Amino acid sequence: MRREIHQNLVKRNGHGGQNGHAMPELPPFAQRPAPHRPEKEFPLETVLADDGSADLSRLHLPAERLVSLYRLMVLNRLLDERMIQLQRQGRIGFYIGSIGEEATVLGAAAAMADQDWIFPCYREHGAALLRGLPLQRFLCDLLGNSGDLMLGHQMPCHEAFAAGRFASISSPIATQIPQAVGAGWAARIKGDDMVPLVYFGEGATSANDFHTGLNFAGVRKVPVVFVCRNNGWAISVPRERQTAAVTFAEKALGYGMRGERVDGNDLLAVYEATRLARARAHAGEGPTLIECVTYRMEGHSTSDDPRAYRAPELVEPWRKKDPILRLKAHLAWRGLLSEADDAALREQAQAEILAAMREAEALPPKPPLESLFQGVYAEPLWQQREQLEELRAAVDADPRAARLREEG
Amino acid sequence: MPTMNVIQAVNDALRTEMRRDANVVVLGEDVGRFGGVFRATQGLHDEFGADRVIDTPLAEGGIIGTAVGMALYGLRPVPEIQFADFIFPAMDQLVNEVAKYRYRSGGQYACPMVIRSPYGGGIRGGHYHSQSPEAHFIHTAGLKVVVPSNPYDAKGLLISAIRDPDPVLFFEPKRVYRAAKGEVPEGEYEIPLGQARVTREGSQITVIAWGAMWHEADQAVREAAEAGLDCELLDLRSLQPLDVDAIERSVRKTGRAVIVHEAPRTCGFGAELSALIQERCFLSLEAPITRVTGFDTPFPYTLEAEYLPRAPRILRALREVAAF
Repeated sequence: MRREIHQNLVKRNGHGGQNGHAMPELPPFAQRPAPHRPEKEFPLETVLADDGSADLSRLHLPAERLVSLYRLMVLNRLLDERMIQLQRQGRIGFYIGSIGEEATVLGAAAAMADQDWIFPCYREHGAALLRGLPLQRFLCDLLGNSGDLMLGHQMPCHEAFAAGRFASISSPIATQIPQAVGAGWAARIKGDDMVPLVYFGEGATSANDFHTGLNFAGVRKVPVVFVCRNNGWAISVPRERQTAAVTFAEKALGYGMRGERVDGNDLLAVYEATRLARARAHAGEGPTLIECVTYRMEGHSTSDDPRAYRAPELVEPWRKKDPILRLKAHLAWRGLLSEADDAALREQAQAEILAAMREAEALPPKPPLESLFQGVYAEPLWQQREQLEELRAAVDADPRAARLREEG
Repeated sequence: MPTMNVIQAVNDALRTEMRRDANVVVLGEDVGRFGGVFRATQGLHDEFGADRVIDTPLAEGGIIGTAVGMALYGLRPVPEIQFADFIFPAMDQLVNEVAKYRYRSGGQYACPMVIRSPYGGGIRGGHYHSQSPEAHFIHTAGLKVVVPSNPYDAKGLLISAIRDPDPVLFFEPKRVYRAAKGEVPEGEYEIPLGQARVTREGSQITVIAWGAMWHEADQAVREAAEAGLDCELLDLRSLQPLDVDAIERSVRKTGRAVIVHEAPRTCGFGAELSALIQERCFLSLEAPITRVTGFDTPFPYTLEAEYLPRAPRILRALREVAAF
């Protein structure tokens, strides 16, 4: 039936496959050059040189802001290291860090306006902290305890922070991409100056929602910034097994949008590319796909050991490209940060993490029983009211009903 | 009061809500200038413009995913899925995103939208233009599911669904899209979700149906009356929230229940209704709860009259239940 309707439409509109577009004059088929050379057309844009120097005329970040972003990168790193430890000690159930990818996460988020929404993948808690998520609240999410903003409904690292316009995280890959497009589209309909930023890994570019999201955005020139965190690995699968394309940036061409490929370990390059993409989106020039080339230094999450699928020598060259070391060298080059400053801010960050953890762990370990049914619907249905009573009675009668294991 | 069919009533509800609330937008395949393949959005593009009546690229997952972002940002999207059979590419967005968004954010966000989709058989559409997928969505906590059977209910329920704070799947009975006509008030009125309607009072058997199957059940109940069987007929209208009180009240009175739906029997919504009735009305029951449903096959092309629970099959079940 759908086909018949389609055929009728085509008949009515009086054209076939070409959709009325005039095709440009091209040389005969056999003599045509290859359509494009991605490695040339999408060069890796870098601002920060290895010695920490940079062309300051390309910087649109005030020195003070740069130092505060450095501080946040350090906090993010120390937090990830500490939480991986805590997971190994059994104090939190799961963790998914961003070690090595801090410049991509924070550089992109910092380049957006305050009113812009962020649609995270699941490695961007740094961006949530940038948006004001209190560290203690983030740790409550990891614990799933009574202080958790998500009421214990989500596993660790699946935070949402509406006050910071930081959307909710889901585990299925790429679902946030069309959602970000919808938010940008809605803002345009409402006449608001709001450009969403959406993060996803390079593995997500294989998923349906990457295609539909970019296609919808391209067709309608929706104001949105797509940031592909190409960290080289989707759990155990290397980027070569996600795509036969030379770059991820070139995929933008197929959607009629601009593609950029930047050094994802260079906070300044990520910031600059995102800032320009935001400005274009705001000016009505449509979306941009930014590929940030970075590297996942640890496992995908605490649930996998990368030594099972990745040779350690692959990781080594990236240690020298550590985004924190590179920004530190730059700050030193500009005289904005001394070794003593660095040591002090690290110490302060460690103390902050410890204090927040103490506060979080002091809270009751479980949210109340009724939170199980809270927020499924705006108001609970009769089934849920009955089920809550059933559960209460069961737990009252035998407290083992509230424990996963006998000893727990 | 004007007389309308179901499509006109849906169209009228959309127009009414779009005039009332600038945040209501319609999106989907062919819903714009063309007005939808069933004409449910006819004229909306002209009145409200291309920003609010949006022709999307052909991707159901993209339609629902985009609608999620719109809903989060404060619009009230009403996406159309051209046939309920085509909803499955959007399953991940519906089950893992739309349904869970409020819950997974601890109530920080809400994702209200109404997904309209024509469902059901009897139009010689084969198994890709005939399915009744309501059970998938009733089984997904966080979603509401509404199925009107007539124009009056279609308009009032759709208006309520658009104003509802939760996401609603609104399945429209395409078999009676044009055939079911009736008086529909002008302007706005709401029929609350979760209220069944007793369309015929009776004392011997409770018959439960919704959507297009209400019409078959109605015919069966009339024929049964001629044969001396006094049946009560319930049109559920809303499957989630469910008016379990109306069911309980009726079955306690009649002691017998026959459930009619066109989706396959196994794990169809009839199974849930049957369980609820035996849990709540066990001591009132005089006969086994009986289901008259589609069969456990894909929806057939040639034998669709045989597949659908048409009035003769329902009547046969009524006689058996009465004679038990």
